[in-house]
Amino acid sequence: MANAIQPSRKEEIKPPVVHVGVVGWIRKNLFNNWLNSLLTVVTVFLLLKTVPPFVRWAFIDSVWNTPAQACRHATGACWSIIPHNYRFIIFGFFPYNLQWRPLLAMIMLFVLLFFSQNRKHWKKSLAYSWIAGLFIMGLLLKGGLFGLKSVESTQWGGLVLTLLLSVFGLTAAYPLGVVLALGRQSKMPAVKTLCIVYIEMIRGVPLISLLFMASIIFPLFLPEGVTINKIIRAQAAIILFTAAYIAEVVRGGLQAMAKGQYEAAESMGLNYYQTMRLIILPQALKIVIPPTVSILISAFKDTSLVVIIALYDLLKTTQTVLSDPRWLGYSREAYIFVAIIYFLGCFSMSNYSRKLEKELSRGD
Amino acid sequence: MKNTAPETVPFWLDPKKRAIFFQFITLCVVGLLAYYLISNTIHNLKRQNIATGLRFLDKESSFEIGESLISYSAASSYGRALIVGALNTLYVSSIGIVITVILGTFIGVARLSTNWLVSKLAAIFIEVFQDIPVLLQLFFWYAIFYETLPSPRQALHPLPGVFICNRGVAFAVPKADPAHGYMAIAFLAGCVIVYLIRRWAKKQRDKTGRLFPVFRVSLAILIGLPFITWLLAGAPTAMSTPKLVGFNFTGGKSFSPEFIALLLGLVLYTAAFVAEVVRAGIQSVSKGQTEAANSLGLRPGMVLNLVILPQALRVIIPPLTSQMLNLTKNSTLAVAIGYPDFVSVANTTINQTGQAIEGVALIMALYLIFSLLTSAIMNWYNKKAALVER
Amino acid sequence: MDKEPTAPAGQGLSQELIIEIIDMHKWFGDFHVLQGIDLSVHKQERIVICGPSGSGKSTLIRCINRLEEHQRGRIVVDGIELTSNIKNIEKIRTEVGMVFQHFNLFPHLSIIENLTLGPIWVRKTPKKEAEETAMYYLEKVHIAEQAKKYPGQLSGGQQQRVAIARSLCMNPKVMLFDEPTSALDPEMIKEVLDVMIELAQEGMTMIVVTHEMGFAKSVAHRVLFMDSGQIVEGNTPEEFFENPRHDRTKLFLSQILH
Repeated sequence: MANAIQPSRKEEIKPPVVHVGVVGWIRKNLFNNWLNSLLTVVTVFLLLKTVPPFVRWAFIDSVWNTPAQACRHATGACWSIIPHNYRFIIFGFFPYNLQWRPLLAMIMLFVLLFFSQNRKHWKKSLAYSWIAGLFIMGLLLKGGLFGLKSVESTQWGGLVLTLLLSVFGLTAAYPLGVVLALGRQSKMPAVKTLCIVYIEMIRGVPLISLLFMASIIFPLFLPEGVTINKIIRAQAAIILFTAAYIAEVVRGGLQAMAKGQYEAAESMGLNYYQTMRLIILPQALKIVIPPTVSILISAFKDTSLVVIIALYDLLKTTQTVLSDPRWLGYSREAYIFVAIIYFLGCFSMSNYSRKLEKELSRGD
Repeated sequence: MKNTAPETVPFWLDPKKRAIFFQFITLCVVGLLAYYLISNTIHNLKRQNIATGLRFLDKESSFEIGESLISYSAASSYGRALIVGALNTLYVSSIGIVITVILGTFIGVARLSTNWLVSKLAAIFIEVFQDIPVLLQLFFWYAIFYETLPSPRQALHPLPGVFICNRGVAFAVPKADPAHGYMAIAFLAGCVIVYLIRRWAKKQRDKTGRLFPVFRVSLAILIGLPFITWLLAGAPTAMSTPKLVGFNFTGGKSFSPEFIALLLGLVLYTAAFVAEVVRAGIQSVSKGQTEAANSLGLRPGMVLNLVILPQALRVIIPPLTSQMLNLTKNSTLAVAIGYPDFVSVANTTINQTGQAIEGVALIMALYLIFSLLTSAIMNWYNKKAALVER
Repeated sequence: MDKEPTAPAGQGLSQELIIEIIDMHKWFGDFHVLQGIDLSVHKQERIVICGPSGSGKSTLIRCINRLEEHQRGRIVVDGIELTSNIKNIEKIRTEVGMVFQHFNLFPHLSIIENLTLGPIWVRKTPKKEAEETAMYYLEKVHIAEQAKKYPGQLSGGQQQRVAIARSLCMNPKVMLFDEPTSALDPEMIKEVLDVMIELAQEGMTMIVVTHEMGFAKSVAHRVLFMDSGQIVEGNTPEEFFENPRHDRTKLFLSQILH
């Protein structure tokens, strides 16, 4: 139309300088009101008092790869304890020249984990790869077949043992936990009671009491002359412990299932086993993946408790190094190193869990 | 259509009868397994000449315990030793819980701060302390004590009356004085008075609509009454300060390195989880609630008290109590650094008497009681606080 | 209360009964939800059950495929007595199809997988044959192009049509509908009712609990009114709507026909 009002080309008006860019960000995030300004000042002051001394100790005055003697003369951190002892800390008593085997097993584990992250890969073939992978990892550790020299389980230690206890622990605990959760939901009073008693008892006691049980009492359960080595006993305790927590998490998933799903399956003539396997469990287990990863993270941290029953996991190998007279007194450095390993493991898992939770709640 | 009379259903086709049969089989299997384990155990115990039963509780323990809240010596019984251990567990757990709740709430709120620096630091704290095993944290703090801190002669002296060295932390406390007893009574009386004032103020508000400054008055009474009592008793200011005598400090109150390391490790670890719980609780109250309350004209204090907190607390309290229980269960790690908690003492008892089953059973029983009590209180709270829904 | 209304003669219905319910009672705890139900359903008959909420109409049809258990009386489906014998229950469930108010599709399976699940695992049909049957029924309910999609991607009306196809894949002799359109947005009700009408015209025996009186008028052989656990009255649609005999029926009709 001829008389239509034409919008004039206005100059683009930019916001005032103090509201954009670095200055703007600082204003908005650090000084936007008097309380925040005060907090910023106090926090910066505290940081200035604590961070530079730490940096000086950890990086500037520290030594990184010197023999033990040189450490005594250094004022900073003695990181040399790591390069000189890392093989023992990570592999424990595993024979020195065979350590490529647990190393290979760990690499396989990390590759499988990395690959499993992507939900697009969640197919039957992944499950088979895991089963094959776990079998190969066990073989690499134990040896005895295919020309691999046999290595006694008492020689497994360090990070290898920690990963072993966590991964096999969770893998075995998962089906047991699912069965317990189904049993707890059951209408049969005997089964339901047994499951409730088991779950509540295990969840109510500290892990250490179960480890004591494994260490001292399990041998009493066995007939005369039969022994099971301590690692397997501790593994059993970890499995029984983790299964109870998984059961509670899965129960949450089962309770979140709409009753209509059960009814639709029933009216089609599916029996209990088919209903659970095809309809209910695939949905319920998917809902509870984030809390399940959380249990895996806890299991990973909890394996450190086997120190107390004298199993040589990552923590105990570190302590063994520290009791060597040459390296006496460098606990801070050694513990920080181990803490970094644990932190990397747990942080990546919890990060993944958060990411997964976001994806699942979006309904992907 | 034929008119068939209903047939009797054979039991393997009747779901109810099948269920009974299945349960019977399950109980049999469990029973047989239990029988097998128990009979092996009895046999093995006999073979190794280990006593059974709880009579060992009366026997003399013949070991010392480093710290105890009640009197104890090597001549006391095992039973008394275990009580000492249980009291130590309660002691470190209660103090730990109080500090954790305060610290955790503070960090949780800081995580939500609009100040980027504060929020990020809180996030770093939470992430770091959650992802390192608590046992490792305990070992670290304990190592700080015996490796890094100086000997008593060169103890750190950050504040007047406070000394930190590798034998522990000592600080000045007021000398025992009868006035303290009176102050305690005054405080309790103050609590009762505050309670009565709150009830009266509520009645007043219902009747006349006028609001009484309950909070300020309560604060004044709870601080003022003990203070006045202190003045009246002669304002005793005598302090018992730690003094270096020989190789260690005497006087004042001191905490052992084991206790401090255990407390530090437990508190920092659990506070990181509590911070997340508090953060989630506060975030669970939708922004619309604050907006609606503000639009009604409620002042920020009232918005917090009447609208936000009740809803946030409902979400916070259940996981919070579970964290408190976790702290108590984690305190069992004291056995690894030598603090004489219940598990520690029980462990020594087991080593000396050989009665592992009774010992472990006692440990499990104690913590089961804690857990079940907490669950019961939790269920009661949930029922009371549950939102009424259709 | 009338004694069980007989099928009107001259409608071309076979006199063969497919469902017989004789003096059936059910209690929920102390609550007597079904009080002496007598009902005979002929092959190819279409029955609409209506009534106020709480009258027991959903419970009645849920008893037929044992989603609820009756405590007294007898239910016989296609000559098979419904007792606690699970072989009978399973057989009856394969003969009776059910469509739910909230569709109850399996969200983790695709549409075609939803349909082939029953035939593969219950009727032991080979996968290829099951898929052909599934595509046939998806065509019938006019939704074949969505076969590979997931329930969450479909509208309510589309999901309910899939649910109908899913039941049809099991080749049932009777179809039960529990308020099939009550959870749908108004603009989607017609597409589902159209499918149900087509189904009716092909001779399926149907028992439908619904408030859609238009549907009742067009395809039902009988309309039953239930109240407080009893079948109060039942008649052909014409008679039922023109000359309701009981006061309760009249009250109900006045409330829903406005």
